[in-house]
Amino acid sequence: MRYLLVEDAVELAESVKDLLRLGGHAVDWSASLAEARDCLGGASYDLILLDIALPDGDGRRFLSELRRQGNATPVIMMTARSAVSDRIDALDGGADDYLTKPFDPAELEARARAVLRRRGGAASSTRQLADLSFDPLTATLTVAGDPRELRNREMRLFEVLIGAPNCIFSKDQLCDRLFSFAESVTENAIEVYVARLRRKLEGSCVRIETVRGLGYRLTLP
Amino acid sequence: MTDPARGPGSLPRRLAAVGLGGSLQRKLIWQFLAAAALAAVTLFLAIRVTADRAAEAAQDSVLAAATLALSEGLLAEDDELDLDLPPTVLSMLSAMGEDQVFYRVVLQGRTVTGYENLALPAAIPTGGEPVFYKTSLNGTPVRAASLTRTILFDGAQTDVQFALAQTRHGQAAIADAIARRAGFLGIGFFVLAVPMSLLAARAILGPIGQVADGVSRRGPQDLRPVAERVPPELAPFIAALNGFIRRLRLAHSRTETFIAEAAHHIRTPLSAIRAEAEVALHEAGDDNIRTRLRRVIRSAEECSRSASQLMDHALVMSRSDREVRGPVELGALLDGLIASMRPTADLRELSLRWRRPDEPVVVLGDRLLLETALRNILDNAIKYSNPDDAIDLLLEVSGREASVSVLDRGRGIAKADLASLAPRFQRGENVRDIVGSGLGLTMVTEVSDSHDGRFRLEPREGGGTCAHFSLPLA
Amino acid sequence: MAGPITVLVRALILGVALMLAGPAAALDVEEEFVLGQGVAASPLRILSTTDVSAARPFLEAFHGANPDVPIRYTVASTISAYDAIAREKLSFDLVISSAMDLQMKLANDGHARPIPDSAELDAVPRTARWRDLIVGISVEPVVIVARSDAFAADEVPHTRRELIDRLREDPERFRGRVGTYDPATSGAGYLFASQDAAFGSTFWRLAEVIGRLDARLYCCSGEMINDLADGKLLVAYNLVGSYSRARAAEDPRLLVIEPDDFTLQLLRTALVPQSAANPDAAVRMLNFLLSDAGIAAINVVPGQISVMSAPSGRLGASRTIRLDPGLLANLDRIRKDDFLREWTAAMVQP
Repeated sequence: MRYLLVEDAVELAESVKDLLRLGGHAVDWSASLAEARDCLGGASYDLILLDIALPDGDGRRFLSELRRQGNATPVIMMTARSAVSDRIDALDGGADDYLTKPFDPAELEARARAVLRRRGGAASSTRQLADLSFDPLTATLTVAGDPRELRNREMRLFEVLIGAPNCIFSKDQLCDRLFSFAESVTENAIEVYVARLRRKLEGSCVRIETVRGLGYRLTLP
Repeated sequence: MTDPARGPGSLPRRLAAVGLGGSLQRKLIWQFLAAAALAAVTLFLAIRVTADRAAEAAQDSVLAAATLALSEGLLAEDDELDLDLPPTVLSMLSAMGEDQVFYRVVLQGRTVTGYENLALPAAIPTGGEPVFYKTSLNGTPVRAASLTRTILFDGAQTDVQFALAQTRHGQAAIADAIARRAGFLGIGFFVLAVPMSLLAARAILGPIGQVADGVSRRGPQDLRPVAERVPPELAPFIAALNGFIRRLRLAHSRTETFIAEAAHHIRTPLSAIRAEAEVALHEAGDDNIRTRLRRVIRSAEECSRSASQLMDHALVMSRSDREVRGPVELGALLDGLIASMRPTADLRELSLRWRRPDEPVVVLGDRLLLETALRNILDNAIKYSNPDDAIDLLLEVSGREASVSVLDRGRGIAKADLASLAPRFQRGENVRDIVGSGLGLTMVTEVSDSHDGRFRLEPREGGGTCAHFSLPLA
Repeated sequence: MAGPITVLVRALILGVALMLAGPAAALDVEEEFVLGQGVAASPLRILSTTDVSAARPFLEAFHGANPDVPIRYTVASTISAYDAIAREKLSFDLVISSAMDLQMKLANDGHARPIPDSAELDAVPRTARWRDLIVGISVEPVVIVARSDAFAADEVPHTRRELIDRLREDPERFRGRVGTYDPATSGAGYLFASQDAAFGSTFWRLAEVIGRLDARLYCCSGEMINDLADGKLLVAYNLVGSYSRARAAEDPRLLVIEPDDFTLQLLRTALVPQSAANPDAAVRMLNFLLSDAGIAAINVVPGQISVMSAPSGRLGASRTIRLDPGLLANLDRIRKDDFLREWTAAMVQP
């Protein structure tokens, strides 16, 4: 997916960019509303991440301007303030969702996905993998014409694994991706999700192997 | 009026920390009583003097009539005097009291009858009208009347002086009786004045008590100006109080703004720290470094939550005024809230179940505060739930009350913690491992208090916690 | 009757002896009676116009109750009793007199001292006391006494008018045999006559009738009753009730009539003179006289009724003589002269 990140804090923008890229997305970054307008003029995006307080204006006003111009690109507002009023303003101004900084990358991903799902999403999101197809937007696995809905962590685990097939992921690594750092979980929790995902993959040639003492990997025929 | 059970003593008690001068009420009562005593004494004296004068005037007129009767009883035939002195003339002098009576008739300087030692007035009266004077006889003070009449005696017009005197025991007795009655009247007046002055002092000081009550009943965040109707005499006091409240409110709102700004300024760098750490975690292979990075992320998370709650709290503080209240439909509010919380819940594979009545549930309140409070409750439930749990939200109406219940299957709260959870920065004993500042529940309680609502946490049957937040319907 | 007479004689002898030695040297003492002679305490000296015979019961009753108080009871005429106090300033502790006007004058002129308040004194009817200076002791009617053979049984007069009619009907029978006080010489007689005169014209008509019948005039009631008993008189007008009743109780020939038109009621009054040396004893005596025991001792004498048991004031024909300074008018020189002039005119008719 292609993101436009409108954020004036350079360090934050850089790391968010890196994070999104790690998740396999393309990211353009503008540090001001003017730059953002330029970007929007030259390309189309699946999602705009829009900060509220920008050096050359208020993100909310920019958003309503965008909507007036007929641009319907989904927008998630970001703010350092959690005040409900900001959120209400943002949503009333045409934003699709709202994120409070700092955010869990997983939450951003989840919200983005939810927004896209609500909007009917990009058609090209479905991935074909050996004998199954995977739609991350709808979190659906289809094995031999049989659609199976994945729950959030199952899907995230699946996404991690198919990001690098045949690579071994340690339990520790997987924990980092599946659970918020605010939660304390034992590595055994991973085994539960691996077992669930294996059940969803039944009937497919794609499988998850346990590499004793090291972790798990996804094998393709 | 003030609560009678607390009585007048409640004012000093309430202001126990204040340096107390003399009680205004006591001073007022004393002054009333002093005025009443003065009035009673004045009343007594006035009645006494008036009664004395009236009794003397009445006695004098009787004395005058008796003197006239005496003088008219004297007739002369040639050189024979004939005195027709009916006993009733003397009796009537004695009728009012029981006075001693003396009389004297003087013809040509010779006492023809009566008491020779009864003195005539210094100036011998000439007219037919009696002259009153005071003298004494055998050492007894008497009131006397005297007049001169001319009779034909021994062929010539001759002046005859008549004097009639009486003691004034009767008058003194009447005056004493009246004085006694006046005394009782004065005492009665005073006795009556005691409860009256108590009531009056109460009534006068009542508004002070009302204002004090009104102000002391307020929540700590209620910084509205005092709007109680007070007598104009109290207006300067109220104006000063309101001025003080205004300044306090200003200082308060500056502090809140400062906190909000501070939180804001912390968050952006925090976001960067967190995002950087996340990226680093992806790239790091060394377990040691990964552990450290996780700690960084955890700390950043904790820091950010604290900032969030500080800001929420600041919001609640700055918006406790009732001026921004309006009708709020709780159903719609919760719909929006749940929609925005659902991705967070999804992340932890928690299902949110939500039930509301078909008809709108409207309360009067500050929409932002209510949403903030409910978000905190829901956030808490999500935070303390175990993965795969369900959280149930219920909006119900019972009687004149709307209540929102949030039920989770989290680890619950220890009973002992229930009461102590509300104060700022308190957290339950069993949740030390979960990020949270403890401000959340404080804030919820403050919102419910400022909306005349109730908030309570209960252990849920079968494990977990049940949070009830109820508000009066609009 | 032997008792009282011997006492009287003894008292007379004693009285004479005392007259020579005592402070009452200038007083014309009629009788004297002493109780508790051996007691070494200052005696209660009573100056009274009441005969010892009538006073003895209450004196003895008092002495019985207060043996520590010796009593010297001196009897004198009303005028000498008055003079003893007012003019001669003799020292007595209690003055009991039937001359209400003289008692009033004593009190009015400041010779009486206030009697301390007591429950007994408080119970005395208002008509029977004047201030805290004079207290009535007993009350007695002023009556007509007739010999029982003076009138036919059904012709006994019950009013003054009836008396006038009887006298007119048979002037020869009554000529020289009607008696009354001489107001010129008797204080009581003058008091009764002037009070009578105040109640209407009947008195002067009666005076004219008895004047025409050559009425005999007396200074004292004793003599008058004696003459009645002896038959020298047929009718006596205006006698003091106590003497008359006492005598009539022994002598069936005497008939006491209380006139139905009006009967004067005379108060015997007491006062404590300023000159009293033993006023406390006097007050004790007064309170005793007003107590139940005293009342009984007074009532035991026929014709003598305690003020405490007398029917009040103006019931029926009773006319209690008012005890107030109005009585002073009685003593007015000119007025008395006038009255006596008129009286003489009625008595001595051409």
